[in-house]
Amino acid sequence: MTATIEAAGLRKRFGTTQALDGVDLYAEQGTVLGVLGPNGAGKTTAVRVLATLLQADSGTATIAGYDVAKQPQKVRETVGLTGQYASVDEDLTGTENLVMIGQLLNLSGAQARVRAKELLAWFDLTEAAGRPAKKYSGGMRRRLDLAASLVGRPSVIFLDEPTTGLDPAKREDMWDVVRNLVTEGSTVLLTTQYLEEADALADKITVIDHGRVIANDTADGLKRVIGGHRIKVRPTDPEQLGRVATLLTRIGTGEPEATGRNTLTVPVTDETVLPVVVGQLADAGIGVTELSLHLPTLDEVFLTLTGKATDDEEVAA
Amino acid sequence: MSIITAPDPTTSAVDLQRQGERPAVVKYLTHCFVLAKRSLIKTMRTPEALVDVTIQPVIFLGLFTYIFGGAIAHGSQTGYLQFLLPGIVGQTIAMASISLGSNLNSDIEKGVFDRFRALPIGRSAPLVGAVMADVVRYLILLIITLGVGMIMGFRIHTSVGAALGGIGLALGFALCFVWVSVFIGMKARTSGAVTGITMLIVMPLSFGSNVFVPTNTMPGWLQDFVKVNPLSHLVGAIRALFTGGAWGTDVLWTLAWMAVLLLVFAPLAVRAYRKRV
Repeated sequence: MTATIEAAGLRKRFGTTQALDGVDLYAEQGTVLGVLGPNGAGKTTAVRVLATLLQADSGTATIAGYDVAKQPQKVRETVGLTGQYASVDEDLTGTENLVMIGQLLNLSGAQARVRAKELLAWFDLTEAAGRPAKKYSGGMRRRLDLAASLVGRPSVIFLDEPTTGLDPAKREDMWDVVRNLVTEGSTVLLTTQYLEEADALADKITVIDHGRVIANDTADGLKRVIGGHRIKVRPTDPEQLGRVATLLTRIGTGEPEATGRNTLTVPVTDETVLPVVVGQLADAGIGVTELSLHLPTLDEVFLTLTGKATDDEEVAA
Repeated sequence: MSIITAPDPTTSAVDLQRQGERPAVVKYLTHCFVLAKRSLIKTMRTPEALVDVTIQPVIFLGLFTYIFGGAIAHGSQTGYLQFLLPGIVGQTIAMASISLGSNLNSDIEKGVFDRFRALPIGRSAPLVGAVMADVVRYLILLIITLGVGMIMGFRIHTSVGAALGGIGLALGFALCFVWVSVFIGMKARTSGAVTGITMLIVMPLSFGSNVFVPTNTMPGWLQDFVKVNPLSHLVGAIRALFTGGAWGTDVLWTLAWMAVLLLVFAPLAVRAYRKRV
């Protein structure tokens, strides 16, 4: 497989802020690369460099073999971009927005209208097609923005936080759209703050923090990197927590940690210890309301990789 | 609800590849026209944004003719109107340029221009398109100002050709002068700042000129400024083309100023636009 998105050593400084501090990204054709990080990590800056909206101070990047610095027009012909803030023209109707983009991509007026109609139907916006975009709901605006980025049938699509601010049901819809695009062979770069979203969509996940890549792997690979399985126990009677802790200390490979209300989690060697735990809990007469064996969640991955929980204290990039 | 209701958008009845054959210049101009049309649609949907080219020139005509005109022209308000109207055309052209820079600034803040910049179109096309659309606003300005002026008693004393020449010159000047506002629109942080800064330039230009009174009534140091002021030359040229007199020198000076404004501020504006993050 060849790289469709490839960036090496991207650096970009804004004043005193080093937004990108040597970022490498890589995605093969027909895959989803999830770029995960908190606000201010440099995700948007990276996307803007790859979409030719911004020049990196140093480093190289190619999209479908085209150099973003040297062949920007070729890159722009290849890429569809959906920004963090839905960049549709509010005063124009859905149809007018899409027809305009089509004509800017050198479609004739008639062809641009056909294409607009197709996309509006695909994104369930046919009824709203004649209304100015400022009358759209947040979800509709996102869909129109995504539709606008697909007018030219780009083979590479950048989605910069496509579901930020959407309610969960709308988020699932957006996920379906992304999955569908990939099925058709498009390559998607998706930035997100939602660990859950990267887990659900991405073939590979690159975790960025303070302009640096701190991990790059599959979701499962990431989970393995920071340790094996964990067992989580919540006794029915909170009074029993002490006894549960003693029991888990004997079985686990580390100290049990309190993870939520009356819940203890301990890392274990492998999944075979689960029946042992169940047996010992039964022997000790401790009833449980929750007992689970799981890989670390991506939230826990981030905590381990950065030494701190995901935070929002940084300025958005 | 699934929003996928039709075959996916990567397959389409439209053949996107077929269009790549036209020469680059034709494509560029087409893009500019498409973007100009966008601006026009926005203008037509917000008619209140036309106040500066409709109500404002009328207010200035009325104000200066009926309130100050009698004093300035020693009683002959109609006579003063003959002098004033070409001046008002020049002044309102300068004032009307402010809104484009301010609109473009807020467009960029809203992110619409990110979309344009991510498309394979000429970098300057969004700005050139917006300036092209502004022609319509200046046409409205000229029609309103001349129309209301005529109702008030203004008369063209030259030929239809000369009058059309004056209108053409005014439009041409407007399209060159507006690049100053576009440049400021690209540089300033907020659209409010654009209005403020451009106003600071437009005010001395329109009052330190022959718009309201003849240059020879002013002190010498001020006359030096008035005589190089591009608006003075524009107004002098329009005045001669509408009401008679020698127009050659003023027309040449105006054309020279237009070239300077265009050649300096259009590239500066495009450069500032490209650099803006």
